[in-house]
Amino acid sequence: MPVKTLTGNKAVAYAARLARVKVVSAYPITPQTTIVETLASMIEHGEMDAKMIRVESEHSALAAALGAASAGVRAFTATSSHGLLYMHEVVWWTAGARVPLVMAIVTRAIGPPWNIHVDHQDIWDQRDSGWLISIAESNQEVFDLTVQAFRISEDERVYLPMMVGLDGFILSHTVAPVDMPEQHEIDEWLPERKQPYVITPETQYVMGNLATDEDYYMMRYSIQAAMEAAKDVIKEVDKSFGENFGRSYGGLVERYRVEDAKYHVIVAGSWAGDAKEAVNILRDEGYPVGLLRVRFFRPWPTEDIVDVVGSSKGVITFDRSVSFGARGHLFMETISSLGPLAGKLSVRGVIAGLGGVDVPAEEFAMVIREFIDEVEREGQVYDPAYWHLPSQYRDMYPSRVEEVVR
Amino acid sequence: MPIKLKDLPRIRYNMPGNAACPGCPETMGMRYVKMALGDNVVMVIPAGCSSVIQGINPKSGMNFPILNIVFAAAASAAAGMKAAFEELGRDDVQVVVWAGDGGTGDIGFQALSGAAERNDDIIYICVDNEAYMNTGIQRSSLTPYGAWTTTTWTGKTEHKKNIPLIMIAHDVPYVATASVGYPQDFIEKLRKAASIRGFKYVHLHAPCPVGWRFDPGLTPHVAQLAVKTGLWPLFEYERGKFRVSSFSRMYRKPEKRAPIEEYLKLQGRYKGAGPEVVKELESYVNRLWEWIELLEKSMSPSTTAKKLVSKT
Ligand SMILES: Cc1ncc(C[n+]2csc(CCOP(=O)(O)OP(=O)(O)O)c2C)c(N)n1
Ligand code: SF4
Repeated sequence: MPVKTLTGNKAVAYAARLARVKVVSAYPITPQTTIVETLASMIEHGEMDAKMIRVESEHSALAAALGAASAGVRAFTATSSHGLLYMHEVVWWTAGARVPLVMAIVTRAIGPPWNIHVDHQDIWDQRDSGWLISIAESNQEVFDLTVQAFRISEDERVYLPMMVGLDGFILSHTVAPVDMPEQHEIDEWLPERKQPYVITPETQYVMGNLATDEDYYMMRYSIQAAMEAAKDVIKEVDKSFGENFGRSYGGLVERYRVEDAKYHVIVAGSWAGDAKEAVNILRDEGYPVGLLRVRFFRPWPTEDIVDVVGSSKGVITFDRSVSFGARGHLFMETISSLGPLAGKLSVRGVIAGLGGVDVPAEEFAMVIREFIDEVEREGQVYDPAYWHLPSQYRDMYPSRVEEVVR
Repeated sequence: MPIKLKDLPRIRYNMPGNAACPGCPETMGMRYVKMALGDNVVMVIPAGCSSVIQGINPKSGMNFPILNIVFAAAASAAAGMKAAFEELGRDDVQVVVWAGDGGTGDIGFQALSGAAERNDDIIYICVDNEAYMNTGIQRSSLTPYGAWTTTTWTGKTEHKKNIPLIMIAHDVPYVATASVGYPQDFIEKLRKAASIRGFKYVHLHAPCPVGWRFDPGLTPHVAQLAVKTGLWPLFEYERGKFRVSSFSRMYRKPEKRAPIEEYLKLQGRYKGAGPEVVKELESYVNRLWEWIELLEKSMSPSTTAKKLVSKT
């Protein structure tokens, strides 16, 4: 298996080629652009057997991919930030159509003001749409998830489209070694495309005309059932991928140094690397802390959370996004999966790194250390929205926004 | 070759249980589409009356395989389907968009323009009932001057946007106007479109009894009057050649045109429209035909041939 030094965006493009995608339609936006450029170049130079539709917008990009996929081929698109928001309507339509499809999301902040750097506001904004939503930590995982996404999305228990998230610039534009299987190995591992229906003159299938309210309701119910089923499928695929290619990540979450941990960090995306380093630092200092990296935001890994964190003394979530007027997304999801257990443990929801503000390992360690010390000192802590401000603002503004108002 | 009615297939193309209003021009048009193109077709339909006309899942009142799609994305979804069929080695499948005037000239225009510029191999049909009928008769950019709608209570103050001319400006291989009042002409044009590779645009004028407030028995009659008044000229643009269709040729001469009042008086949407509206529409028709004359002169089959000769 050839190991190449690749940017995350190149890893995405090569994975799409190895998955034998037949129709690509995409519209450029920083930091996704090099995915489109690479795919266009490979297709034009005959290195990839596919058609490229150079659409005039992201709304059209996904609509064209959906059209292609519903006619029976693997289709792929990629976008970011404003592009993702612009296509939002079609995001929902695609999931409702139950058409397997893969889209890479290079995560980026949303304006105004314009900002091209990483945060997770764009991808989490899609959380209710019925797509499987994954997010990678490394370029290798970006590649692996993109290939796996086709198998997961096309599994008859799932039949839902899937997003593969990779952090803007941190992964998309940074090179790292990526181990890519040969074409024949992927061909052997990735089954022929399956989908619930195809729309051709022969099938006479009609997708999307009116339904009774009751049938509509039941179609929604079936998406939820598919999400549940996807949990097993994701684990199976992760395992099978590991058996074939030597890399498994643990299913919907990755568990890092959790065995004897009393405190847990919950985090998603590339900065999990820094958070893991922080865990190592704290372990060396004697803090019993482990980390849970959310790989799939949808379906949400409720069982894993309960399993790892259920008997925890304290959980600290790091969100690179916020639902204005409420909390960070990982925090809200974590608390809602813990249910009654949530009242028994200490929690802190940290909001940090918006718009690409860097949070190095030492800062992660500092915030986690403070939390653990506080819990040990005070017994129980409930702190749902702690804004870990950029350093130059830390002395000027409180970390709890309520204090600004009161 | 003119099409004879008796040679057209007589299959039931709109099924019992479809949800169209009586006298609906969209079901009429849809029937002609199938007569023209046969069975090797998939349809892409954005939001509009035709998404409702299909009736209730799991059945469908239209005898076509259909990808229903969001309002603004019909041309793009069709482009994707066509690309897939090409990849599957099924170039023969006709991918046809069936979109309203709103889905074409307003919200869907960006996608339409994109597909035309890329010359995607699809047939795009705009079924133009001159308003957003599905949401209850709101004005679109294709609603004509003076017409009442539920967002222009005292009559629209702007003229109808001329999408066919804009599509000609895209320099696509084929652009045609048609009318539900002239089925043979429409069918002929669709068959020609089907024989051409690349982007084909056919704009079907479709008077709607509900939105225009006329007797549902009069749909074809009102459609024919639109042509006879010169308000809706039938023409074709084929690979750089422009030609007025036979049913419209005589209306080049203003004195041959039916009086606009005759057209307006059948339609409740023009109730209360005074002579000012008639005058404004008359001047619109004259400008429209000036455009046509210009196109005919510079792009008629004979001038194009001459240009070719002088080039060599
Ligand atoms: C994005 C979006 N905006 C608005 C609507 C509501 N809507 C549905 S159909 C329609 C009007 C359709 O008008 P037209 O395209 O002219 O087709 P017709 O109904 O007249 O056949 C509107 C505004 C929608 N479905 N999607
Ligand atoms: S409103 Fe007009 S176009 Fe729409 S279904 Fe009724 S008759 Fe047909």
